[in-house]
Amino acid sequence: MGNSTIRAVDGITLEIRAGEFVALLGASGSGKSSLLNLIAGLDSPTSGSVRSGDHVLAQLSREALAKYRRHTVGMVFQSFNLIPSMTVLENVELPLRFAEVERSQRGAMASSALERVGLSGRLRHRPIELSGGEQQRVALARALVNQPKILLADEPTGNLDSRTGTEVMQLIRTLNESLQMTVVLVTHETALAEKYADRMIFLADGKIVADQRNAAKVPARGDA
Amino acid sequence: MKLYDSVELAARNLRESVLRNSLTTLGIAVGVASLVAMLSLGVGLQRMASRRLKSSGLFDTVLVTSRRDMRAFNREQEMNGPSPAESPDLDDAARRKIENIPGVVEAYPELRFITELRYEDKPHLTMVGGMAFSSKDGDGFEGMQGGFFSSRSAHEAILQKSLAAELLGKTSARGLDEIRVADVAKPLLGKQIVMRYAERSSSAEAKDSASYSVISHELALTIVGVTDLDPDSVRGPARARLFIPEQLLEGLHVMQAYDYRDTTRATSASPAYTTVIARVSNAGKVDSVEQAIKKMGFNTFSILDANKGLQRLFKILDLFLGIFGSLALTVASIGIVNTLVMAILERRREIGIMKAIGASDQDVRGLFFAEAGAMGLLGGVFGVALGWVIGRVINFGTNVYLSRQGFPPEQIWAVPWWLVAFAMGIALFVSLVSGLYPASRAARLDPVQALRYE
Repeated sequence: MGNSTIRAVDGITLEIRAGEFVALLGASGSGKSSLLNLIAGLDSPTSGSVRSGDHVLAQLSREALAKYRRHTVGMVFQSFNLIPSMTVLENVELPLRFAEVERSQRGAMASSALERVGLSGRLRHRPIELSGGEQQRVALARALVNQPKILLADEPTGNLDSRTGTEVMQLIRTLNESLQMTVVLVTHETALAEKYADRMIFLADGKIVADQRNAAKVPARGDA
Repeated sequence: MKLYDSVELAARNLRESVLRNSLTTLGIAVGVASLVAMLSLGVGLQRMASRRLKSSGLFDTVLVTSRRDMRAFNREQEMNGPSPAESPDLDDAARRKIENIPGVVEAYPELRFITELRYEDKPHLTMVGGMAFSSKDGDGFEGMQGGFFSSRSAHEAILQKSLAAELLGKTSARGLDEIRVADVAKPLLGKQIVMRYAERSSSAEAKDSASYSVISHELALTIVGVTDLDPDSVRGPARARLFIPEQLLEGLHVMQAYDYRDTTRATSASPAYTTVIARVSNAGKVDSVEQAIKKMGFNTFSILDANKGLQRLFKILDLFLGIFGSLALTVASIGIVNTLVMAILERRREIGIMKAIGASDQDVRGLFFAEAGAMGLLGGVFGVALGWVIGRVINFGTNVYLSRQGFPPEQIWAVPWWLVAFAMGIALFVSLVSGLYPASRAARLDPVQALRYE
């Protein structure tokens, strides 16, 4: 009933190295997204701890957690989560406002992030005027703009057709390889994980059922 | 997040739900307007009353009485002053001493007596009073017909409207208010009136100055002016209905009601006055002059004493007007709470996104606070403008009514700068307080829950 306890993530011990590209796989309700939220500092575990670099997230204040999300992690979601009333540029600038970056520098930083994802021509458009793939690239630019060490992507291709999905995944891989950015990708598509991830972790009922290196990973230049 | 970023984002959010936010802002504006209209009315009435009191000429006047005559105006003085037995006589020597107090321009006894006048051979019983020549400079002659005395001891008279009407045999079923000064002044100005009076004469054979003879005289006076009310006294029409120059009256040595008291006075043989009027060079010195006279052992009364009571009355009036005005503002503040709580529900997901990309609780709180503040500030500006317009309309309407009733126009409404600043401050304060709950609720939102919200 309503007051029974559900363990979304249960007894997991996991270490992810800096610069790794890890895919969290599993069926719906297996605990992938909950694990991602724990790493993002959006949620906190009822027991155990999450360590990210020098930070023990459970020991951080709400303010320090916000700072951690601002500077250490960038997030991309399945439903893009752009703010519809803002233009593309304003959406990408938003994390810089929270980071109190001077107004004069914000435009250049946001433009450069958008250029990196190939959207420099759509700065003044609203999200609704863009295709799904473009919206996800804006979300990616927004996640990148503060130059985080970790990119957390929750089903980033879930709402995209396969061609657009591939474009987005290639972008993520480029970021992983060129910026040495740690990537944690949540997906239920094993094929996608096999193509891009260094390591695949399978979850079921909140537990890790398999943790394996991905020998089948396709090299960056060969997946067009 | 920096303040200007919060304000910028808040402005953007307000523009997004323009209709709802405009209606909320309008609610605040109406609240502020009612507060401004009420308080400006209170301020205006207070200023009007002060203006009236000032123009009465008594703002620079201190009335002095002797405690021995049991004529205290103030119970407190009665309790704290010297006992009547130790209080000095209010005689000519005292009058000179009062005149020497710094700030006093002149001190003269208040002389008045009941007598019979003769106009066109018909008798009229009335009270006659003296009017100091310095009254001429006061503003109390508003609506007077004719002019002031030509000299300090001219054989001239200024009439009050009621006496003028009586001399002409004019009566009105609806009272004196129906009679216009101009109508009764026209036939009377320049006419002669004969005043009888009884002179107190110290005869050579008298044993002391407290013994005197009483001799009857007649004096012809020219009517030079007719006033609506007694222009020189807040005691209004009760003081006298016919005025002659103060110096002329003193020279006539008219027998006063209190002269009988002189003959029974135990300690002094010199004539004593009931009341001496001290004119002060400006209103600011009234208090110090009053204190100096009190030290001499006399009782004093000035319009400042009356004004203190009046000020208290107006403070209470302001309070009540403020409370009524605030009711609308309270309703408006509930509107702000409602609008912002609705905004939280609508923007739950947006708040979740902002938190996921690095917004702190403080950032979210600041954003909602800025939205409440912006609505308050805008509501304050429009409210003050609206209140100003309402005040002008009330003022205009009142003046139309006054002019129909035959009264001169009045400024019954005033919006001083402090009221503008106060109203804006209140609007901002009320909206920030109203934003307190929604802002902290938004700040506490769980980002994971908020992101799941569709």
